[in-house]
Amino acid sequence: MRIACPFCGPRENSEFSYLGDAKPKRPGPDAGEDAVYEYVYLRDNVAGEMAELWYHGGGCRAWLQVRRNTVTHEILSVEPAAGAGAASVTP
Amino acid sequence: MSAADQTQRLAKGGLIDRSKPLGFSFDGKSFAGYHGDTLASALVANGVRLVGRSFKYHRPRGILTAGSEEPNALVELRTGARREPNTRATTIELYDGLVAASQNRWPSLDFDILSVNQLASPILVAGFYYKTFMWPAKLWEALYEPLIRRAAGLGRAATQSDPDHYEKAWAHCDVLVVGGGPTGLAAALAAGRAGARVILCEEEPTLGGRLLSDGGTIDGLPATDWIAQAADELSAMLDVRIMTRTTLTGAYDHGTHAALERVNDHLPVPPEHQPRQRLWRIVAKRTVVAAGALERPIVFGGNDVPGIMLASAVRTYINRYAATPAKRLALFTNNDDGWKTVDAAIAAGLTVAGVVDARQEASADQRALASKHGFAVLNGVVDHVDGGRKGIGSIEVALAGGARATLEADGLAVSGGWNPSVGLTSQHRGRPKWRDDIAAFVPDGAPPGMSAAGAANGAFLLTDCLREGHSAGAAAAADLGFGGSVGAAPSSDDAPASSLTPLWHVAGKKKAFVDFQNDVTASDIALAAREGFQSVEHLKRYTTLGMATDQGKSSNLQGLAIMAELTGRSIPQTGTTIYRPPYVPVAIGALAGHHRDENFHSVRLTPSHHWAAERGAVFVDTGLWKRAQWYPIKGEKDWLESVTREVKAVRGGVGFCDVSTLGKIDVHGPNAGTFLDRVYINTFSTLAVGKARYGLMLREDGMVYDDGTTSRLAEDHYFLTTTTAKAGLVMQHLEFCRQVLFPELDVQLTSVSDQWAQFSIAGPRTRDLLCEIVDPGEDLSNEGFPFMAAREVLLRGGLKARLFRISFSGEMAFEISVPARFGDALARNMMIAGEQFGVTPYGTEALGVMRVEKGHVAGPELNGMTTAADLGLGKMMSTKKDFIGRVMAGREALVAADRQVVVGIKPVDKARRLRSGAHVIRKGEIPGPDTDGGYVTSVCFSPMLGQWIGLGLVSRGRERIGEIASAHDPLRGEDYEIELCHPVFYDPEGGRQRG
Amino acid sequence: MKYSIFSLARAALSGHRNWPRTWRDAEPKPRYDVVIIGGGGHGLATAYHLAADYGITNVAVLEKGWIGSGNAGRNTTIIRSNYLLPGNIGFYELSMKLWERMEQDLNYNTMVSQRGVLNLYHSDAQRDAYARRGNAMRINGIDAELLDAAAVRKMVPFLNFDNARFPIQGGLLQRRGGTARHDAVVWGYAHAADRRGVDIIQNCEVTSFTRDAGGRVTGVETTRGTIGAGKVGMAVAGSSSRVAAMADLRLPIESHVLQAFVSEGLKPLIPGVMTFGAGHFYVSQSDKGGLVFGGDIDGYNSYAQRGNMPVMEDVCEGGMALMPLIGRLRLLRQWGGIMDMSMDGSPIIDRTPVDGLFINAGWCYGGFKATPASGLVFAHLLARNEPHAEATRFRLDRFQRGAMIDEKGQGAQPNLH
Repeated sequence: MRIACPFCGPRENSEFSYLGDAKPKRPGPDAGEDAVYEYVYLRDNVAGEMAELWYHGGGCRAWLQVRRNTVTHEILSVEPAAGAGAASVTP
Repeated sequence: MSAADQTQRLAKGGLIDRSKPLGFSFDGKSFAGYHGDTLASALVANGVRLVGRSFKYHRPRGILTAGSEEPNALVELRTGARREPNTRATTIELYDGLVAASQNRWPSLDFDILSVNQLASPILVAGFYYKTFMWPAKLWEALYEPLIRRAAGLGRAATQSDPDHYEKAWAHCDVLVVGGGPTGLAAALAAGRAGARVILCEEEPTLGGRLLSDGGTIDGLPATDWIAQAADELSAMLDVRIMTRTTLTGAYDHGTHAALERVNDHLPVPPEHQPRQRLWRIVAKRTVVAAGALERPIVFGGNDVPGIMLASAVRTYINRYAATPAKRLALFTNNDDGWKTVDAAIAAGLTVAGVVDARQEASADQRALASKHGFAVLNGVVDHVDGGRKGIGSIEVALAGGARATLEADGLAVSGGWNPSVGLTSQHRGRPKWRDDIAAFVPDGAPPGMSAAGAANGAFLLTDCLREGHSAGAAAAADLGFGGSVGAAPSSDDAPASSLTPLWHVAGKKKAFVDFQNDVTASDIALAAREGFQSVEHLKRYTTLGMATDQGKSSNLQGLAIMAELTGRSIPQTGTTIYRPPYVPVAIGALAGHHRDENFHSVRLTPSHHWAAERGAVFVDTGLWKRAQWYPIKGEKDWLESVTREVKAVRGGVGFCDVSTLGKIDVHGPNAGTFLDRVYINTFSTLAVGKARYGLMLREDGMVYDDGTTSRLAEDHYFLTTTTAKAGLVMQHLEFCRQVLFPELDVQLTSVSDQWAQFSIAGPRTRDLLCEIVDPGEDLSNEGFPFMAAREVLLRGGLKARLFRISFSGEMAFEISVPARFGDALARNMMIAGEQFGVTPYGTEALGVMRVEKGHVAGPELNGMTTAADLGLGKMMSTKKDFIGRVMAGREALVAADRQVVVGIKPVDKARRLRSGAHVIRKGEIPGPDTDGGYVTSVCFSPMLGQWIGLGLVSRGRERIGEIASAHDPLRGEDYEIELCHPVFYDPEGGRQRG
Repeated sequence: MKYSIFSLARAALSGHRNWPRTWRDAEPKPRYDVVIIGGGGHGLATAYHLAADYGITNVAVLEKGWIGSGNAGRNTTIIRSNYLLPGNIGFYELSMKLWERMEQDLNYNTMVSQRGVLNLYHSDAQRDAYARRGNAMRINGIDAELLDAAAVRKMVPFLNFDNARFPIQGGLLQRRGGTARHDAVVWGYAHAADRRGVDIIQNCEVTSFTRDAGGRVTGVETTRGTIGAGKVGMAVAGSSSRVAAMADLRLPIESHVLQAFVSEGLKPLIPGVMTFGAGHFYVSQSDKGGLVFGGDIDGYNSYAQRGNMPVMEDVCEGGMALMPLIGRLRLLRQWGGIMDMSMDGSPIIDRTPVDGLFINAGWCYGGFKATPASGLVFAHLLARNEPHAEATRFRLDRFQRGAMIDEKGQGAQPNLH
């Protein structure tokens, strides 16, 4: 598998670490235990196109949001994951 | 034997080099061959027919094919540490002195005891073992299974380490062409001319593919001349790389391919510094599969008798190797292509015994040829062949009208038609599609960027191959924007399309083999159908059809055709099994490359490593690091003596230890403090500049992730350390928090683990030592540099260092960081400067002893299953802020009263050794699932207490301080009393580290 | 027809023409007391135990393809009960005990072969962790032995003891561990369940659940029509999230690909099962002679049932590091299965929030060895509506309660388990 890192170019997947589905957003401080439980534990586990988080630890150390098809492994897009896990970004 | 003894060698012709005779041995007998031979062709030339025994019935077997799909002619190649089992004789390039032996027979190939299995064959049907060997249960491991295991298997592995080496490499190209036959050459020419970067992989040592066996005329040139011309043109192109002896074995995601180059397999021993094989990872934007097609056998009684060979293989042996598999040859075919073998036999001066053609009628040309050469053309099928290890006895023919005939011959060429090589194109689980006109599957659903051309795509005519190859190569290049002129497609004027009438199986009473190597017969398939194993996957698994080393290349289609017939379905309805990599088996050594022995993983050395090695340090592997474990000195009898000395020296004077393996991260930015507040359970934004603080971070699920010390070096600059084990992972985690969760924070992270050499200097005389190292202008007094202070200092000589007054040992201690390149010098200087104080370097063991004495938690306690409270650090959790893991840490089971928490443990008998991994049971209770109350996590011999001590995770441990419990260690046969105690064994008030 | 050497010999006289089907090719009935979704080892074992132990025989097993075509037929066939934590340890030992009598229970030779499972260790820390584990096993009445390097060398002298990057210091041995013939387990359960009246329905894919007004599951829609059910149990590891989604459930599970590999056939070399403690590699040798080996999961969510090169290379590197004599042996075939990787590495066997729907999922890469016990405890749950005594901790709500069973201590990241 090859991931086109927006900073480093196409690289072999062994340079990357995988975290998983990019959809869950970290709940805010007052969201309560149920919301955090869902964030930490429950997954859609999509069969098909999914946005997911990869870390280019063998390269630029950027966290990337990759749209990939989990059935065919086709990669549709790669972009920096800035803020992808935040429920809301408070400046 | 001399070259003259090659009784089956034609006097002239072939592509062998008769000026280079070679000697070799097979099963201890010496033979001769020529450069350019394979082991198989040389055996054919020497009249050797019997080359192996089958898997189950130990039936005698001969060579069936001339390629990597060979199911029968497997040998053990070479001897000793280089013994290579299951090697296809058909792919072994002959070299002088080659030694090969047949396998799966005892005592000899001619006389194989286990061929008695043939007598039991009425019972040894498909899946017989599932129905028996069940009673009595104990006999399976004791008797039945060992017998089966010994009888099964093919060759023997070497019994010594592989002495050769293998390497791995990457290659990148625009267009990858798989196969160097006419299709592949045409494709490479077109793509190369267009300007694309091209790699062409060819499995064999020479280009040409079937042209080398079947000849032909291309663009007016004889095939071999055209090959040479094409090769010359390709070689002249700078961006074209031709890789022979290289098999493309797998197609993985996003254009990544695996290819195996047999760099030196054609030599007895690789030349010095050269690998035996090389694994290529080829990344290609487009792939043209020009891997050709494989001829398939027909299933009939006795179709495994040595002397029966695929028709195309017979032609290969005659035309390419000038070796004749028979003197008197018969042909059994269902198509015109098979007749080419008759032409080849006649041209080589062989007698043709007759042709059995399953089709309605032979053509006028074929009848004319027969009458000219005086052989019969029989319209019918070969019903069975009698014979055995000495070869063919007679060929029994059932004629179309119902009459019978017999042919006398010592060779039978068989052609059941051709199967395009759909293996590579189907590796992403695209299923090939059926074509009735050629009665074969052709590629469909190939991985993105991959296309098939020529015979691999079901185009069997030479001129079609050339045209398809050229057009596929041109299209691939054009697709990528290469616009150079591709020239005209090469062309040929070979015979018109071959007609074929599908014929898979001739019913009869004799054993008719579908999978030769695994001894799967037509009746086994019928049995599978009868018992309900009708899906191709069930069929394969129940009968082992297609699971031999050829992965079904010579057997699968016949097998599923028979199943289709039995179940009244069509072949495409019956379907195929899944095609999986590798296309041909690949040596495990090649897949491992250099990653073996000491080079299995890389080695990381600490900055003081060489100095420590000079002192005779004993090193321990910590992840990839080699760390000094202890520094023995002359006369010390064991590790314990050395470690005890080191601990006493530190606690009584001063010592130092290289702790550079800790992860080190610089945190910069106006929001650095806020950031750290969110990732640690305790607060860092309030930490004063010039101070350090112990920090603990959780995973989001509330469990402890890592710990370390963080120092504030400036308003907007923190420096944190992680544990050695988690150095990389914590960096990843913090980057996740920074980039993904908290993008609004203005903070930057820099890993500086490799930039700083860091030493812990500990003991009451630490300050004395430091004064010798640090510039006299720096105030190191207890007031000027109090406990938990941290700042940059100047060393004598002007080097800047970072100094932290932190203590893991519980002694008055500092950690000092210098740029990594000065680590070695600092160690040497501390030894010189500290000599007057008896400075003692100490290793990780002494470090560990002192941390257990102080009750500090480390890896064994930070095991991913403990909470901060479990570790006695619950009070550190701030209630004033949100942080990673806060919410989940509050779940009911994580705050339950009966959790296992850290306590100290001492054997009641002070002389007794305590061992990690012993479980803790309440005194008087019987060890069992309900009474198992924890375990010992860390132990050491404490020089200060004069006994073994330890830490443990014990249920309700903090309430039980002072309780006498039992350590239960059945693995080591030990049970003894222990006292649960406070985890800080030494200086519990902490006065020493503050002093 | 009862299978035995005698029936086999009798059948030989008639050319094996009279063997009946191993299991009937059942047509779906309109309604069953229990419908099991998934004709793998777990689903078939569940049906078998429902019929054999709980007297519930009006049972259908629905399989979208052919029985055993999922993970039951794609694993590396290892059986063991060398677990560490309460919840797992008793459950897997129950499984081991069922393996030990499986052939007699099922009248089918599943080739359960207790040739031992040896986990090698290469550091003091690993030794201590294995000591903790081995003692936990012994406390639970399970066999375990802690070997030193000399004892390991005596057992498997051909390992790399002399110039290894991470020298072998010893191993944890469970002699009762070993392997079983995976396909035969499927067929054996199918055979035995079928003989007790269970309908095994192949090529029958569930497309949705039917539910009553109260939301209770009343049956399933399938590619072969509607089938009513008193209770529905799902045993579809690899596809659990997809099937659960039909009932609007989200699970603490991700699907990951795990590759496995087999070499060409060889004369006996490897005595039992071995795991390499300094890399990702484990190996056994099948009765047919192939070395069966594997390592880590590929690490990314996948439903593709195929993997990539880095893991294949990593596994072979581990193999060569451990056994440098295998350099010239060839990898014959690689394949991939889709694992239900749960959030703590342990399975889920429980009722679901949806009435009438029961779940058996989250097996990670430990599903094969669990097959018999999984069938038994799931049958118990379906029959009695309450967890079996050995499955009380495999609850779906354990993540909410914080009662994870996390043997590796990796937390809620499935690809690290």
